[in-house]
Amino acid sequence: MEPILFNGLTIATDEGGYLKDAKQWSPDLAVKIAASLRIDLTEKHFQLIHWLREKYTEGVPLTIRKVANSGIVDIKQFYQLFPGGPLKNAARIAGIPKPVSCI
Amino acid sequence: MKNLLILGAGTAGTMMANKLLHHLDKHEWNITIVDKNENHYYQPGFLFVPFGVYEPHDIVKKKKDFIPHGVHFILEEVKDILGDVNKVELMSGKVLSYDILIIATGAEVVPEEMQGMKDRLWYKDIFDFYTFEGAVKLSEKLKNWEGGKLVIQLSETLIKCPVAPLEFTFLADAFFEEKGIRDKVEITYVTPLSGAFTKPKATAMLNQLLEEKRINVVPDFYTMSIDNDRKVLISYEGNEVPFDLLVTVPVNKGDRMIEESGLSDDDGLNFVPTDKYTLQSKKFENVFVIGDATNVPASKAGSVAHFEGEILLENILHYIKGEPLSAKFDGHSNCFIETGHGKAALIDFNYDTEPLPGKFPFPFVGPMNLLEVNHANHLGKLMFKWVYWHMLLTGKKLPIPSHMSMAGKVTA
Repeated sequence: MEPILFNGLTIATDEGGYLKDAKQWSPDLAVKIAASLRIDLTEKHFQLIHWLREKYTEGVPLTIRKVANSGIVDIKQFYQLFPGGPLKNAARIAGIPKPVSCI
Repeated sequence: MKNLLILGAGTAGTMMANKLLHHLDKHEWNITIVDKNENHYYQPGFLFVPFGVYEPHDIVKKKKDFIPHGVHFILEEVKDILGDVNKVELMSGKVLSYDILIIATGAEVVPEEMQGMKDRLWYKDIFDFYTFEGAVKLSEKLKNWEGGKLVIQLSETLIKCPVAPLEFTFLADAFFEEKGIRDKVEITYVTPLSGAFTKPKATAMLNQLLEEKRINVVPDFYTMSIDNDRKVLISYEGNEVPFDLLVTVPVNKGDRMIEESGLSDDDGLNFVPTDKYTLQSKKFENVFVIGDATNVPASKAGSVAHFEGEILLENILHYIKGEPLSAKFDGHSNCFIETGHGKAALIDFNYDTEPLPGKFPFPFVGPMNLLEVNHANHLGKLMFKWVYWHMLLTGKKLPIPSHMSMAGKVTA
């Protein structure tokens, strides 16, 4: 997808809109990506976003169930926070790659 | 004497017992394998049972017949693994010590995980085909079913043999057509994935097939519960899909004992955190994991267990000699996809390479076409049953390398 122009920086994304470099992420950038998905970020969103980034850094494969066991939200609340595909949208906003659906 | 203990005498465990017996010094090592069930099911055959292609007796044999002489077989349930003291406790209270442990306890369907699944309609209008019982019950149902809304639904993204539900869908289409009632059956495929499959090139091929066969696809549908009164699936977003006959793939989990032992991954599905290259457990260095029991991001399928088996054998021999675990599993997976009417497709992929079109060099049989539907692939699929019982379980080398090869694949 088109790179994101943000604070004078050009931030590269892959074909799904995921950041190519997770290190370029910032909370302000998250707000901008979320807005493009029509999501207003609350404190709860950020709690989850930080948790996702932490797990990604640890190399943990991410699934909806794992999020539901994070103690932050259950599956239903996760869907309410990130409608549509919650894991995909949350990963895009958190600036991490698309979670691998195992096949 | 040292002890090598294998938990689980399914595809992966049985294969490892057969391989290791030929490579470990009999004067130095005892090999023991433990399993709670006496029957070995040819799981790829479950797919064909509902349509009467295989009869139940085609796919069940006794586990003990595949455990070689020289390996001690214990028919009992494991209570838990005490990894800190290198012991395994059985339900009878008996304790087994090990120097090396291989966990091969597989995955199973757990319909109780979803509200309304194992309820009033279970085995009346709601069936699974991932168990022997479910497949047989569904075959009885299909014999007299006169049509209506058939829904095939996946409860989770992480399931055994991820193409099996699609194959079931294609076979159902052909089955009703041959029965002359296809016009009376509306087929809908409901999946939590964004498309029919996860890998783009294979999805494109499969989508075309689904369209040709007039099968509706409902993607991104994560089922929350099943309403037995209204006969509808309800998603976490509040969307609904009605059904007359539901064929579900329930949540798949690893053995309960994994959780008891504190070895489960933190998604609560009881799969064991495993190094995806060496197949060593992440918690204990003398514990290895193979097949469906691992949490590695590869398919949960017999072909994967087979490719892992070659790697694991090498690494266990390295481990015994105190050498680095230099054999690396690449996530190689290979499967035939039945598409109905005596045809099938073949896909071959690994952690890094998605299924690609081209030719698959199959020694003796000749090259087979990848990502293409034809009769030869269907024969390959049927031939695999023989290969499974006679070569794969007994640990013989198959003429396919463990690491995926790019030979014949078209990347452009």
